Amino acid sequence: MARLSEENVRLAKEIIGRYPRARSATIPLLHLAQQQDGHVTNEAMAHIGELVGATSAEVYGTASFYEMFKFEPVGKYLINICGTMSCALMGAEDLMHHAEHRLGVKLGGTTDDGMFTLERAECQAACTEAPCLQVNYRYRFRVTDADFDSLVDDLKSGRLNDEIPAHGTVARVRQHIPLDRGVGAVPPEDVTEAPAWMDGKAAL
Amino acid sequence: MNTPNSTYTYPHAPGFVAGDRPRIVTSRFEYTDSYTLQRYLATDGYAGLRAALGRPANEVHDEVKSATVLGRGGAGFPAGTKWGLTPQGVFPRYLVVNGDESEPGTYKDRLLMERDPHQLIEGCLIACYAAGLSQCFLYIRGEMALAQERVAAALNEAYAAGYVGKNILGSKFSLDIVLHWGAGAYVVGEETALIESLEGNRGMPRLKPPYFPAAIGLYGQPTIVNNVETLANLPWLMRNGAEAYTSIGTKTSPGTRMVAVSGHVKRPGVYEIINGVTTFRDLIFNEEYCGGIRNGNKLKAFVPGGGSAPWFTEDQLDVAFEGPQAGAAGSMLGSGAVMVMDETTDIPAAALTLTRFYAHESCGKCTPCREGGTWLERILSRIVDGKGTDADLAQLVEVGTSICPGDFPHASSKRLGLDAVPFPYKMNTICFVGPSAYAPINSALVLFPEEFAARVTKRTMIPVTAVGAAS
Amino acid sequence: MTTTEPTPEIAVDPNAVNLTINGRPVAARKGELIIAAADRSGDYIPRFCYHPRMSPVGMCRQCLVEVEGPRGPMMVVSCMTPVAEGQVVRTETDQVKRAQEGIIELLLANHPLDCPVCDKGGECPLQDQAFSHGPGESRFIEEKRHYEKPIAISDLVLLDRERCILCDRCTRFADEVAGDALIHFTSRGNNTQVQTFPDEPFSSYFSGNTVQICPVGALTAQPYRFKARPWDLEKTESTCTTCSVGCRITLESSRDELLRYQGVDSDPVNHGWLCDKGRFNFESVKSDARLSNPLVRDGGSLVETSWSSALATAASLITSALRAGGASRVAVLGGARGTNEDAHAWAKLATALGIDSVDAQLGDGLPADVLSYPQATIDEAARASTIILLAPDLKEELPILYLRLRDASEKKRSRILEFTAKESGLTRYAWKSVPYLPGTQPAVVATTLSDAAVAAQTAKGSVVVVVGRSNLAESDEYTMAALDAVMAANPSATVLPVLRRGNVRGALTVGLGRRDAVDILADAVNGEIDCLVLVGADPIADCPDTELARRALAAVPNIIAIDTFATASSSKATVLLPAAAFGEKDGTTTNLEGRVTRLARKVTVNGTSRPDWMVALELADILGHDLGVASVADVHADLVSSNAAFAPATRSALSAHPDGVVLERITTTNSARVVPPVAERPGFGYRLVVGRKLYDNGRNVAESPSLAPLAPGSALHMHPLDLERLGATDGASVKVSGDRTSIVMDVVADESVQRGTVWAAWAQPGANVGELIDSTKWVNDVKVETL
Repeated sequence: MARLSEENVRLAKEIIGRYPRARSATIPLLHLAQQQDGHVTNEAMAHIGELVGATSAEVYGTASFYEMFKFEPVGKYLINICGTMSCALMGAEDLMHHAEHRLGVKLGGTTDDGMFTLERAECQAACTEAPCLQVNYRYRFRVTDADFDSLVDDLKSGRLNDEIPAHGTVARVRQHIPLDRGVGAVPPEDVTEAPAWMDGKAAL
Repeated sequence: MNTPNSTYTYPHAPGFVAGDRPRIVTSRFEYTDSYTLQRYLATDGYAGLRAALGRPANEVHDEVKSATVLGRGGAGFPAGTKWGLTPQGVFPRYLVVNGDESEPGTYKDRLLMERDPHQLIEGCLIACYAAGLSQCFLYIRGEMALAQERVAAALNEAYAAGYVGKNILGSKFSLDIVLHWGAGAYVVGEETALIESLEGNRGMPRLKPPYFPAAIGLYGQPTIVNNVETLANLPWLMRNGAEAYTSIGTKTSPGTRMVAVSGHVKRPGVYEIINGVTTFRDLIFNEEYCGGIRNGNKLKAFVPGGGSAPWFTEDQLDVAFEGPQAGAAGSMLGSGAVMVMDETTDIPAAALTLTRFYAHESCGKCTPCREGGTWLERILSRIVDGKGTDADLAQLVEVGTSICPGDFPHASSKRLGLDAVPFPYKMNTICFVGPSAYAPINSALVLFPEEFAARVTKRTMIPVTAVGAAS
Repeated sequence: MTTTEPTPEIAVDPNAVNLTINGRPVAARKGELIIAAADRSGDYIPRFCYHPRMSPVGMCRQCLVEVEGPRGPMMVVSCMTPVAEGQVVRTETDQVKRAQEGIIELLLANHPLDCPVCDKGGECPLQDQAFSHGPGESRFIEEKRHYEKPIAISDLVLLDRERCILCDRCTRFADEVAGDALIHFTSRGNNTQVQTFPDEPFSSYFSGNTVQICPVGALTAQPYRFKARPWDLEKTESTCTTCSVGCRITLESSRDELLRYQGVDSDPVNHGWLCDKGRFNFESVKSDARLSNPLVRDGGSLVETSWSSALATAASLITSALRAGGASRVAVLGGARGTNEDAHAWAKLATALGIDSVDAQLGDGLPADVLSYPQATIDEAARASTIILLAPDLKEELPILYLRLRDASEKKRSRILEFTAKESGLTRYAWKSVPYLPGTQPAVVATTLSDAAVAAQTAKGSVVVVVGRSNLAESDEYTMAALDAVMAANPSATVLPVLRRGNVRGALTVGLGRRDAVDILADAVNGEIDCLVLVGADPIADCPDTELARRALAAVPNIIAIDTFATASSSKATVLLPAAAFGEKDGTTTNLEGRVTRLARKVTVNGTSRPDWMVALELADILGHDLGVASVADVHADLVSSNAAFAPATRSALSAHPDGVVLERITTTNSARVVPPVAERPGFGYRLVVGRKLYDNGRNVAESPSLAPLAPGSALHMHPLDLERLGATDGASVKVSGDRTSIVMDVVADESVQRGTVWAAWAQPGANVGELIDSTKWVNDVKVETL
């Protein structure tokens, strides 16, 4: 619950190194902080500000703009049920009511055991598979009430642990640019010339 | 080849429906391992890049220009022309890939990133080579965990194999592709907001002009923002040439495009269709595609180009996927998303799902969108809840006019004897999010006035009369 | 047949743009925005987010106008659309009016209707434009946004988020102008709000500007809240003399009480901005601690008396000193805090009496001949391709000059080359910041300037040297020698002297800098001064060598003090005369670049206080010298006619140019300076650096209840590694010893302090670092021990 760990600072610096300006790494670093603590803490935001050269207020200004960053603890599983047109046309409202009933919380609420937070989400880009939901950003398509119930059971029993990490982790595969292969990021003011291949001749 | 009129779905690519048509960007979707470098290389992978690097950059650029690869993000601007808008001699220039797909009804970029990430990477390489772009940022929507994982893994493979990074394929062409990911904000799909977000800021759009990315983009430098699907076309184009590309579709809308059809159809799905010639009737009713309305119901209305687009009804079914046609009919093709409503649909409530979306996704920067979007949502909620009055109906139009002055585009209606108001709209806002909050309301109000009239209480104004008259 | 006759060329200004606004032709400049051109043509376009001193964002959409385009009239935001040749702009069509009314209605949708209890009511752009450009009624019947109201975002500023219309002015100011991005938009869409980071207040030295530019009553200033209604305020334009930048301000009062200062946009000086110290120290003018009647010492205590009796006593003290040993037994210190007229009257009196021991500075500035180097203005500095800093921390001492130079660097007009003993507010904006150990700077400067990259930079264009007293614990000769090193390397460089007291430049120019105050005080210690006149001077508080000042004042038999407050020094006087304060007197002032502007009286004087010039005239009269002037206007006219430098600053010139008139620049050849030795360490571990913080225990701040708590307090700043070596922890008390004495201070770990040096702020509540300064030394080294 605090600043980024030593390992995460190492990762943070690797990420920052890919951008011509450090500030560009703000959102990736906020994800890193959320992965570390499950939500984004004030200490982490201040730390990110130090790393990217921004004030804490600027980091918070950025973070609070985006839906995915949570500033209070949420459930281990964040269930987002889509309510936009395609899903609504296919019964998303009913699914939300069922979910509220099944989990015993209203939309936006977290179950007492800290396992589940239920939210209404906007379009998740799976419109033909309506109604859809995401659990920690893993899809479930054409979800029936029964599907929802078994999903909850599976999450509780740990049967989906391999597929669905705890809230905070989005992608489990990270980009790593090998030192000997990367070109390297250069501040824009240090580049004035056309790239080498723009010489009117074929590159190969 | 498959038999005519046959369709295929693949369990590993849920939502995608293949058919007996040319497949430019979805050709690998039937392979379960389509996202691996091994499969990619076995299916012509990186051959387009090799072909491109064998020619001078400006020739590659010319080839793309002559193929008229229309942007697939919504505006439909040709990619090759867009690349040419950067000011002469100003460097560095960047490529920002818009993978922040979030337009209601739309998903194709997600499939392209999940199912064929190397194709996208190859497209990025070709674009950067052709337009002299010195770094590429691949911005993927924050909520798309699988797409992020697949693209990250593909990039790691491609770097290791020498397709990305220093001296690509041993040539003088060197390029870093940086995977970047968002955190949940629809408006970031707008290209200037995307750039703000990539700079680590709140994703609030910048005003165009002066902030056309091609001139003043990422870090103030010339920047090309291209959609995922647009770039995914380039490897095929480089392998097969512009002539082969333009032989598909029409002259002004060549090639194919991916379209997601959702809602009340028998077989909702994402289809790669022939551009320019396929009509909405084909798409919704043809057995090759959606096969008609569910349960044999009647079509009531459909959104032809993502949640921002004014609605069509059966009167517009014969409009083809050709931008100017759709525009003249009062809407747009947008991002390739069709949402179909059958006769059971509660029109005001359906409009509310979209208005709520845009009100929620307003960045808050400009007044009409920040205040107007929410106001529209609240009035419409009241109407849907049966608590509205006829004054509320008038007020919806008033607020809409404060967001978009003048006549708002809409389709014609034979039933109501209405002519179309062609696209586009005028706007008092910085970007299209504010107008998009009003678009569904305007369509619903214009095309289905009776559904609103039935919902509201009449609150007739009693005219003030004089006590007496002089004559 | 070809003609060899050249085509007659009509002189075409490549930057001229002709357009029409509402049918009338308007001449504009390339790059100018439509809204600015319309302001000049008298076609007012309503606006909220646009501010001419900040980059446009086009957010509020209130300034939409119609521009004729290829496909008919287009609606564009006039704050982001530049003028173009032949452009046809209409600001009053039905379409424009509909759009403007629509925006006003939307802005009012969530704006509370609490105008009757809002500080801004009556001068509120939203209120005014709702009347002039609004629909006249709101149809918004839903529940408005609700937030806790108001919240304190700093000690001085409160924020009411319900009133906020999210125009980005305050947040843009904080980021773009002040460089203190401590307030920011948070959340999104309809929930967007301005916020600080939790537990990190908007503690900017410039926070008051956000209140002034807020187009609604969302931001209010603690010192002014609920004090007056705008229509009850009377306003007069004047110049702030808190420091020597000379920002233009309005003095605003109600019922003869100063209630507010607002910045005025003076293009050559402050661009409308003020620092919070200048903005809020009006509170000190109305302090209960002000002197209101003359006091004369009777036995041990000061007793109130009449002006005639007090002046007679004062005159007799001067006369007896003159009789006893001649003019050398009388000294005058001060005169830099008043008007040019105050200073000139005192200079005339000193001249009439033959007094040579006169200094407006107190050993805390630079030798007066810094004014005889080729001079630069603030504008010239902010346009120079290289700005060389041999200066104190401008953010702390001359905040608006800091903004101007920061802007020059941020907008890439200038590169800053800083030489400093401790990181300053400008260090992060500097192209190069070169640290030096006090006593080595002439050599460091010479070496740096001979570096090829630096030489290439300074050769690019104009060079302005900003020079001031950067360390009170070292001889000012180091700074002057460093300046000479710059001038030797860049003979065409010009100099912007940054002496800090409000009118120090005026005082020195009229002749109140005849001997160094330190020498005068040393004479006093030796019993060579019988009568010391303090004209708004407090040597015990201001002379870096506290012990010298204390001993000097104790050794002088008679002190005549003219002051607004009883200070450490003035309370030792035999005669203490109450002086009119800023805002209570007319006249002119001279800022650090030599710009003369008018000062205005807005309120009546406290008690029987009199302006300094009047005291000089009356004393002259009693002493039998006719100075030939009888009013402040006479004194000014005499100054203009008798002092060549002031020749341009005539009454009519000042009336015609509210932004002021720059003094005639009189450049003389400088006499060969004593080259100071490179200071060696005499055995004490740390070299002492003493600078200033904006808020200190000076009267201006200490007597302003809103500002006094902001003084950080006395502390010894050390580099963390030195602190570690010492074995002390942050916040611990340590013993700091010079040659003469030791004091106990709290220690602060501070990475901006160089290793081997310690830094302390001057004039802070708590331990007085002046006890450690010996002004006879080239540098002062101290020993630091744990307790």
